[in-house]
Amino acid sequence: MTTRKTLILSTAIALCATGTVAQDVTLTIESWRNDDISIWRNQIIPAFEAAHEGIKLDFQPMAPAQYNSALNSKLDAGTAGDIITCRAFDASLQLFERGQLSDLTGLDGMENFSDVAKSAWSTDDGSQTFCVPLASVIHGFIYNTEIFEELGLEVPTTEDEFFAVLDAIDADGGYIPMAMGINDQWEAATMGYANIGVNFWGGEAGRAALIAGESSLTDDAWVEPFRQLARWAPYLGRGFESQSYPDSQNLFTLGRAAIYPAGSWEIAGFREQADFEMGAFPPPVPAGTDGCFISDHTDMGIGLNAASANQEEGRAFLSWLTGSEASSLLANAIPGFFPLSSAEVTLEDPLAQEFIGWREQCESTIRPFHQIVSRGTPNLSNESWTAAANVMRGTWTPEEAGEALQSGLSSWYAPHQ
Amino acid sequence: MPQPRRRAPRSPVRWHIAVFLAPAVLIYTAIMIIPLFGTLNLSLFTRGEGGAREFVGLANFATLFGDPRWSGAFWNATGNNLWFFVIHMLVQNPIGIALAAILSTPRLRFAAFYRTAIFIPAILSFVIVGFVWKLILSPLWGVAPNFMDALGVGNWFAPWLGLERSALTTLALISVWQFVGIPLMLIYAALLSIPDEVLEAAEMDGITGASQFWKIKLPLILPTIGIISILTFVGNFNAFDLIYVTQGALAGPNYATDILGSFLFRTFFGFQLQLGDPHMGATVATVMFFIILAGVSLYLFGVQTRLRRYQF
Repeated sequence: MTTRKTLILSTAIALCATGTVAQDVTLTIESWRNDDISIWRNQIIPAFEAAHEGIKLDFQPMAPAQYNSALNSKLDAGTAGDIITCRAFDASLQLFERGQLSDLTGLDGMENFSDVAKSAWSTDDGSQTFCVPLASVIHGFIYNTEIFEELGLEVPTTEDEFFAVLDAIDADGGYIPMAMGINDQWEAATMGYANIGVNFWGGEAGRAALIAGESSLTDDAWVEPFRQLARWAPYLGRGFESQSYPDSQNLFTLGRAAIYPAGSWEIAGFREQADFEMGAFPPPVPAGTDGCFISDHTDMGIGLNAASANQEEGRAFLSWLTGSEASSLLANAIPGFFPLSSAEVTLEDPLAQEFIGWREQCESTIRPFHQIVSRGTPNLSNESWTAAANVMRGTWTPEEAGEALQSGLSSWYAPHQ
Repeated sequence: MPQPRRRAPRSPVRWHIAVFLAPAVLIYTAIMIIPLFGTLNLSLFTRGEGGAREFVGLANFATLFGDPRWSGAFWNATGNNLWFFVIHMLVQNPIGIALAAILSTPRLRFAAFYRTAIFIPAILSFVIVGFVWKLILSPLWGVAPNFMDALGVGNWFAPWLGLERSALTTLALISVWQFVGIPLMLIYAALLSIPDEVLEAAEMDGITGASQFWKIKLPLILPTIGIISILTFVGNFNAFDLIYVTQGALAGPNYATDILGSFLFRTFFGFQLQLGDPHMGATVATVMFFIILAGVSLYLFGVQTRLRRYQF
């Protein structure tokens, strides 16, 4: 006992001593990722500190729900950390416009990111970037390979094949074809509409046309995904109207449903819960289209407090994050949150590798209503939840959903007036 | 030498009254009255360009009632709230009175057990109640579908919480289940306080059983029923928790369960990508305040003054 205590004590003293002697700069990192604290402290921070002498990192996460308000007060009071984890879109844009985040447009390594990746942390015209894109989530469908083998089903690549597979599972009767509910509404919009819609409105081009006011939500490109969602309803099993998000997850991981419209963030949880092999396929393309798109949605960025005294060290850390070492570390520690950097990344989880592999075949885009068009009241993104759920419930026709969303958008957004 | 008797000087101001009132006045002013006027004040402003506060008079109210989106959402929430209240008045309070009447009959065995069992849900958290009922009614794992199958009425089961026409009524009944203990307790206490002489006199006149309840006890507990009605009204128009726990801030399906509390929450604090608007939120809160004030005043001046009271 005593020897061990002495050992710990001497190590502690030794550690303190090195800290004071070298006069290191310590960068404090603000984050809402409580869940990732051990990953940062045990993997990412040691890897960085080993390569950069003289810079120490201190990861200080807080509860996600408090993050925005707490960070704002800390920044206003001048007590915020040096490194700031950035929420996507308007929340961070506001901080930048108030001069609280440093401009990182010229940061070394920023060239590793595509414009899509940077869109969540750039000014509206895209000329300035203020956070390093850290992670994104990709939409697609996860399926139960055992059920597919049992029923002799092929992975669908086109819309017709997709519905043929659903029909086949339905005809067998042993499994629920698809696990999804609309009680919480957001699944319908996020895992439904934003997931499959990308192929109909044509990814970034369609999204840009909507922002510019050149296409309308009553156009076929935006209504057709609703028509698809309406066709999903009969395959969702009894009582999907009041099936909640955890219900759907459980249905799938218990092996009672064959297909799960997913976001890649499910991977880690499904790995723990499901005892069968899982595969994934990207949103099936409608007949007669070339190429494919995936929703590769930017979720988390990381930036530099403009008031920090350690701008140079902060930049060194952020550039390191853009590289392949950091990207691989993060991606493997949290499977399903994919690095946005184009630097070489290898993933150990085959399911995660499957998801990220779609970036090679398909073009990436983000969720359509997150940038700019959700700045007013009514909020287009929130409205789309209700609209998608209503279409699946059969309360609204797909055309009515398009009209409702469009009239909401036109009521405040100048390019649509 | 005789000294003139000194009389203790009596202060003309009776300080002790102020001293004893001070704590209550200060606390209520600080945590009730000032915030109330702060809310009313906040509703008269808006956030102008660059985040500065601008005085706009009653423009927020004009938006709330004039803009088709705002007024649509507002009247939908008000209508739902009225229905929520009607269900409570038609189901919760009559059941509460009936249970109290049964429990107060002297020959009932295990009365204390029933009383406690019925009251327990009222002390549970909304989160537990919402979660338990969501599970009971779940079409996947709930006991409700299996139970109904066993009774041979399985075809009548529907995902009630997910259907527009039934979601609000279902939630109102869940809330009734939770709070039926409150009217029960109040009425029970009122029934017990009826003096035995009155009841004995009634029995002498041949009024017993049910007619004794209708003719003697009910008129005597009317003032308590009035108080319960007003408590139900205030509680329902301030309700929020159950809706938020079971249906989320968007009060689905298709805003069918949106009541004033959830509408206020979304407006004031925002939700997901929608940023909160404290000024419109304060406007909604002000209107809620006036609705409740109107209801309470109606009761106080219209009903309570006409209730006959009996002194024993």
